[in-house]
Amino acid sequence: MLKYIKQLTSLVAVIAVLFAFTTESMAAKKSKTLKNTIKKGFVRCGVSQGLPGFSNADASGNWTGVDVDVCRAVAAAVLGDASKVKFTPLSAKERFTALIAGEIDILSRNTTWTLSRDADIGLTFVGVNFYDGQGFMVRKSSGITSTSDFKSGLSACVNIGTTTELNMRDFFTANGITYEPVVFEKADEVVAAYDSGRCDTYTTDKSGLAAQRTKLSNPDDHIVLPETISKEPLGPVVRQGDAVWEDIVRWSLNIMIEAEEYGINSSNADAMKTSENPQIKRLVGAEGELGAALGLDNDWSLRIIKQVGNYGESYKRNISDTGILPDRGPNELWTKGGILYVPPAR
Amino acid sequence: MNLGITTFLDKRPKIKKYFPQIITLLFIIFIFGYFTYNARVNMDTRGIDFGLRFLGEEASFDISFTPFVEYDGTKPYAKAYLVGLVNTLIVAAIGIFFATILGVIIGISRLSSNYLISKISEWYIEIFRNIPLLLQLFFWYFAALRALPLPKEAINFFDIAYLSIKGLYVPRFVWTNGSVFLFSIVAAIVAIFFVFKYTRIQQEKSGRRIPAFLISLGIIIVLPLLTFLIGGVSLTFEHPELKQLSKTIYNYIGGVAIIPELMALAAALSLYTATFIAECVRAGIMGVTKGQKEAAASIGLTPGQILRLVVMPQALRIIIPPTTNQYLNLTKNSSLAAAIAYPDLVLVFAGTAMMQTGRAIEIISITMLTYLSISIAISILMNWYNKKIAIKEK
Repeated sequence: MLKYIKQLTSLVAVIAVLFAFTTESMAAKKSKTLKNTIKKGFVRCGVSQGLPGFSNADASGNWTGVDVDVCRAVAAAVLGDASKVKFTPLSAKERFTALIAGEIDILSRNTTWTLSRDADIGLTFVGVNFYDGQGFMVRKSSGITSTSDFKSGLSACVNIGTTTELNMRDFFTANGITYEPVVFEKADEVVAAYDSGRCDTYTTDKSGLAAQRTKLSNPDDHIVLPETISKEPLGPVVRQGDAVWEDIVRWSLNIMIEAEEYGINSSNADAMKTSENPQIKRLVGAEGELGAALGLDNDWSLRIIKQVGNYGESYKRNISDTGILPDRGPNELWTKGGILYVPPAR
Repeated sequence: MNLGITTFLDKRPKIKKYFPQIITLLFIIFIFGYFTYNARVNMDTRGIDFGLRFLGEEASFDISFTPFVEYDGTKPYAKAYLVGLVNTLIVAAIGIFFATILGVIIGISRLSSNYLISKISEWYIEIFRNIPLLLQLFFWYFAALRALPLPKEAINFFDIAYLSIKGLYVPRFVWTNGSVFLFSIVAAIVAIFFVFKYTRIQQEKSGRRIPAFLISLGIIIVLPLLTFLIGGVSLTFEHPELKQLSKTIYNYIGGVAIIPELMALAAALSLYTATFIAECVRAGIMGVTKGQKEAAASIGLTPGQILRLVVMPQALRIIIPPTTNQYLNLTKNSSLAAAIAYPDLVLVFAGTAMMQTGRAIEIISITMLTYLSISIAISILMNWYNKKIAIKEK
């Protein structure tokens, strides 16, 4: 019975949202993706096949992670309900094709923003939700404590279709080290092969190393080397050619970061409506017409903050509290010594 | 209107005859054209261009196993494609070789009068053909990785080859004037071909038997040997040597490494396909009538001779066509390599190269065409062989 009531209420919610959007704004008319999303009633989001902290499904199929939260934020903004997301797990190889072919509308899958990807293949990166860098993991017993201990003849396990493969080559070539790349299609096989001793080192983004280390048979026997060999700004991607949708995704992410900057979180968001600070009032929709510019109602940002939380909450919930990375590192706000700095929402 | 067309056709029987075919052809052209046009429009609107110029761009990724092709990251994508293609052909060739040998042995043992042998063969077939190939592949790969020792404790084969988790390290042949040696082998094979032809003609003419086998053996040994003495060919070996890379990391440097991925893939493909070939062989042998065997036995042939001279030549006609299918399957199945990091065409070209360039349509088309070409080549070869052994009706 309770289940039916739940279903009924969510149905009512969807219908209410649908009605709210029957009066389409100019922006909504222009954006095919926005129109389709409203018609379908869910945001189609491409995620990883399971990377703890970023996008990972639990036993009952609930997705969590900082990448997942970007899609949830868009769902909250556009459809009014952060749970109205259909997640499609994608391999590194499939991800761009799925987005370009229109099977998903947002790709939020620890994807590195590079010039060639942005310019070449019909994609647009909308921002950065995690500043990462590539590192190496080795066995503690190997006695290697820094990448300067690497010698020619090493074998390195790596995942296919990533910038990792290229960075690895740049790094080894620059240091005059010959190496054997062992390239797998799925992350689980990379971990298994490294664990068995096929490779001397495992290289990927440092956040990924931290997350995958938990899957090894004896996590404590392995260390991540201190060096970072590349810049890996990870962020959500949309198809080229839908400027309105691009803006919605970009600003859904930016709102989460700026909300943290102004101290607005999921529990105090409603109270902040009566704040003295006009920027805070703008962020919770109590002042200005920010939503209208994106073709949304004015409570869009409030819904994001209330249903998903600000960036700091999302980070803490998914990355710090799960023990993947204890501190924020570069992903701290610019006001607190990090490099998270987003354009103002006004 | 309709009436008009029918009367038009009735008056021209030649056109009428081909009318349905013309319609079908037009329909196919239309469908194909429609999808091509659609793809072009969709790619245009999404800002993707189409072209093969990327093949000349620098690949900038490395590949672990590049025999026969000189490759590193500074080479173009076309070269990476070649590496993938060669690796696919290598594993297909090894797989077909071992699957055939094993398949024939198992197929014959299955019909053995020895209860134990025939039961073991039956169990082997039932187990290996009923487990999905991908699972077997993972099994062999990870079983091999678990079972093999680290390089420091590598299994030593007479100080020549070393087997460890990083692969089988064998000495590399370092040739001077290697091409002269290669030509001498080709020349020897051609010479042997003519020797056999001459022998057959002589035997048919005069019944005189020339020891063709011994002569051939002589040619294939003496001719290449001569190149060492007067052709300026020399051969040295580069032995793999164990080097310490850190406190606990050791690896062999130098020589040729046969990577464990190749071994696992070849093993899985051979063991799996051998079961199907064994069944083809069994069907072929059972297809030869009992009378043939009895007749052969009655003139005093031994069981071995019966199999070799009477049963097999007839059975082959039944065996070859379905076995061709199995060869094709094996070749196509080799694309599962990507799951265990063997750098075949799919992993290198339809994998890494596709990711780096984002040219899905071009690369998948090229890959499909390549597999199609390999398969057609195998078919042509097997059809030729099938025709050769077919009953020649006179």
